[in-house]
Amino acid sequence: MALPKEKQEVTDAMLSHLPEATGGNWIKTARSAAMDRLASLGLPVKRDEYWKYGDPTHWTAVEPKFTTTSEASQVFDGVEPLTLVFVDGVFDADASDALALDGAEITLLSKAAQADLHWSQSLYGVLETRANSVKPQDGGALVRPVDRPFAALNTAIAQEGVLIHVTGQVARPIRISYRSNGGQALLHHAVKVDEGASVTLLEEGLPAARYDVMIEADVADEAEFHHVRMQGHAPQVQAMTQLYARLGRESTFKSFALSVDGVATRSDAILELTGDDASAHVGGAVLGDGKDVHHDDTVFITHDAVNCESRQVFKKVLRNGATGVFQGKILVKEDAQKTDGYQISQSLLLDDDSQFLAKPELEIYADDVACSHGSTTGAMDEEGLFYLRARGVPKGYAEDLMTIAFVAEAIDEIADEALQEVVLAQVEAALAGRRG
Amino acid sequence: MLEIKNLHVELEEEDKKILNGLNLTVEAGKVHAIMGPNGSGKSTLSYVLSGRDGYEVTDGSAELLGEDILEMEPEERAAAGLFLAFQYPVEIPGVGNMTFLRTAVNSQRKARGEEELSAADFLKEVRAKAKSLKIDADMLKRPVNVGFSGGEKKRNEILQMAMLEPKMCILDETDSGLDVDAMKLVADGVNALRDEGRSFLVITHYQRLLDHIKPDVVHILYKGQIIKTGGPELALEVENNGYADLIAAEEA
Ligand SMILES: Nc1ncnc2c1ncn2[C@@H]1O[C@H](COP(=O)(O)OP(=O)(O)OP(=O)(O)O)[C@@H](O)[C@H]1O
Ligand SMILES: [Mg+2]
Repeated sequence: MALPKEKQEVTDAMLSHLPEATGGNWIKTARSAAMDRLASLGLPVKRDEYWKYGDPTHWTAVEPKFTTTSEASQVFDGVEPLTLVFVDGVFDADASDALALDGAEITLLSKAAQADLHWSQSLYGVLETRANSVKPQDGGALVRPVDRPFAALNTAIAQEGVLIHVTGQVARPIRISYRSNGGQALLHHAVKVDEGASVTLLEEGLPAARYDVMIEADVADEAEFHHVRMQGHAPQVQAMTQLYARLGRESTFKSFALSVDGVATRSDAILELTGDDASAHVGGAVLGDGKDVHHDDTVFITHDAVNCESRQVFKKVLRNGATGVFQGKILVKEDAQKTDGYQISQSLLLDDDSQFLAKPELEIYADDVACSHGSTTGAMDEEGLFYLRARGVPKGYAEDLMTIAFVAEAIDEIADEALQEVVLAQVEAALAGRRG
Repeated sequence: MLEIKNLHVELEEEDKKILNGLNLTVEAGKVHAIMGPNGSGKSTLSYVLSGRDGYEVTDGSAELLGEDILEMEPEERAAAGLFLAFQYPVEIPGVGNMTFLRTAVNSQRKARGEEELSAADFLKEVRAKAKSLKIDADMLKRPVNVGFSGGEKKRNEILQMAMLEPKMCILDETDSGLDVDAMKLVADGVNALRDEGRSFLVITHYQRLLDHIKPDVVHILYKGQIIKTGGPELALEVENNGYADLIAAEEA
C-alpha cells in the first residue's frame, strides 16, 4: 500500500541516508527486515496518532538541530554498579568496567554483529517486530495496534548497544553511563532475563545532542527486570527513548525515568504481559521549565494473560510555558481476565503559561477486570504552601517540598530504596538549582 | 509583646470589611482569650497576623516585640516568634510530618542566625514532646495531617508549637474537636510552655478550655471590634448568658 505523500517524502529522505546493512548473517537479516518494515510503515508525521501533540521532525529530519555537549553525570555511584560508558553512542572501553558479572553475560552489539550466529538474534529487534506486526486480534480481525516506525528505524541502523543475557540473580546493578561531545547517538540495548533470574539496569547522563536509545527487555517466567533512568538534561537536546518489553508468567517489570527540561523529549514504553500473574510498573517524573520545553510520555500496555497487574504513574511539574504530554493506554485482550490496570497522570502547573496534554485510554475486551485511569492538572496548593510558610519554611523551599511531595508517588514505583534516594536527591538538586 | 492598633482589614477579592479598628495589646508572659460569635473575625485576625494572602490591611498597625509584622513574609513572622495553631490544620500529602517539622525548626533557626538542630537532637526532642501529647511514632512518619482525626490534627499543632518554641502563640479554636482527655493533654502542653517571655492569644468559644488554661484577660470580638475586655469572669458570663446582652449593650 502506498504511503501518503508527506510520509513518503520524509521516509525516502531518511532511507536514502541509511547505510547498507552490514555484519554477520543474523544481524544483516534483522536489519534489512527492519529496513523493509520501516519502508512499509513510513516515518511518522504530525498527523499520526500519538504524534499530534509532538513534533516527529526532531527525529525524522536528517540533520540534528543542536550540538549540546555534556559531562558524565554518574549519579548512581553510591550503589556501586558495573559501569559501561558511551560517548555519543560510542563505547568507551577505557572508562568502562570489564564486561564481566556473575549471573550475566554482557556483550556489545558491534561485537555480536560480527558473528554469523549469536544468542541475541532471538532478542534483537524481536519485540519491535512483534509490535509492528499485523496479527489477528479481537474477534479475528487483522489489525496492527499502532505503527512503531522509529523502533524499526532503530533496529535497522543502531550503531551500538549493550546485550545482556541474565541467567541468575544479579545483585550488582548494571549502569550505562552516557556522555556527549555534541554528536548523535542511536543505541539499541537488549536484555534477556531467564526464568527466575533478575537484574537492575540503570541509565544516566546525556547520550548525545540528538539521540534515540532503545531497550528491548524479554523477561521470562518468574524473572525480574528493574530499570531506572536519570535522563541527562540540557535544554537543547532532541531526546528519544523507546522501551519494549514482554513479560512472562509471574514476572516483575519496573521502570522509572526522571527527566529535566529539554526542547524535545519523547519516551515510549510499549509493554506486553503475556504470562499469567505478571506485574508491570512504569513511572516517570518530569521537571520542565521554559517555554521551549516539550516532554512526551507515551505508554502502551497490553494485557494478554490472566491475573496480571499494571501501573502507570506519571507526574509532571511544569512552569514558564513548558508543555507536558502523557498518552497512556491499557489494552486488555479478551482472555486477560482478572486484569488489574491502573493509570494516573498528573501535572503541577506552576503558572498559566504551561500546559499539560493528556490522552488516557482504556480498551477492554475481557469482562472481569478492574481498570482505572485518571488525569489531573492543578496548581500548587496555596493552603499547603501558606501552612509551611507560617511554620517558618521560606517560600522557595516550601514550594520545593510541595513539588517533591507531588512527584513522590511516581518515585515510589522504584522498588529499591537506595535508588529512590538517588532519584530524590536529583529532584532536590534540580529544584535547588532552579532557585539559584 | 503584641500590639495591634486600629486594625482595619478587608477582603482582597470582594468588597467586604471584616476587622474594623481593632485594638489589642498582649503583654509578655500573659494569656489573653478572645471569644465572639461565629463570623466576628477571630480567624481573620489570626490569619492577618500570620500573613495569609487574600486580606488587605487598609489602616492600623500590628507590632510583635516592637517590630512591624504586617510587611513581613509569613516565614519571617514565624522566625520572629509568631505561631498560629490553625483552626483547620492543612493536610499536605507527600510531605512527611517529621521532615516538615525538622525543616520548620531549622529554617527558623537559620533565619535567626542560630545553629541548626542535629538530626539526633531533633529526634530526641520530638519523641519526648510527642510522647507527652500522646502522639505515636507512626503519626510522625505519616504525611502532614493526612488522614489524621480532628483531635490528632489539633494535637499535632501543639506539637509543632512545642518544637518551635515561639514567643507569641495564637491558638484558633484548638479545643474544637478534642475529647475531654485530649483537651487536658493540649492544655498541659500549653501550660508547660507558659513562660515570662511567651504570650498566648487563645481563641475559643468555650469556657472549658479556659478552665485548664487560665487567661489573664478575656476579650469579646464582635463585628471586627473588641467590644468588651475583662477578667476570667467575662468568659463565665458568656458561657452562662451568651453574647446577646453584651451585643445589646454595645449597640445601645
Ligand atoms: N476568604 C474569605 N472569603 C469570603 N468571606 C470571608 C473570607 N474570610 C473571612 N470571611 C468572612 O469574614 C467573616 C469573619 O470570618 P472569620 O473566619 O474570621 O470568623 P470567626 O470569628 O473566626 O468565626 P468562627 O467562630 O465561625 O470560626 C465571616 O463572615 C466570613 O464569612
Ligand atoms: Mg474562626
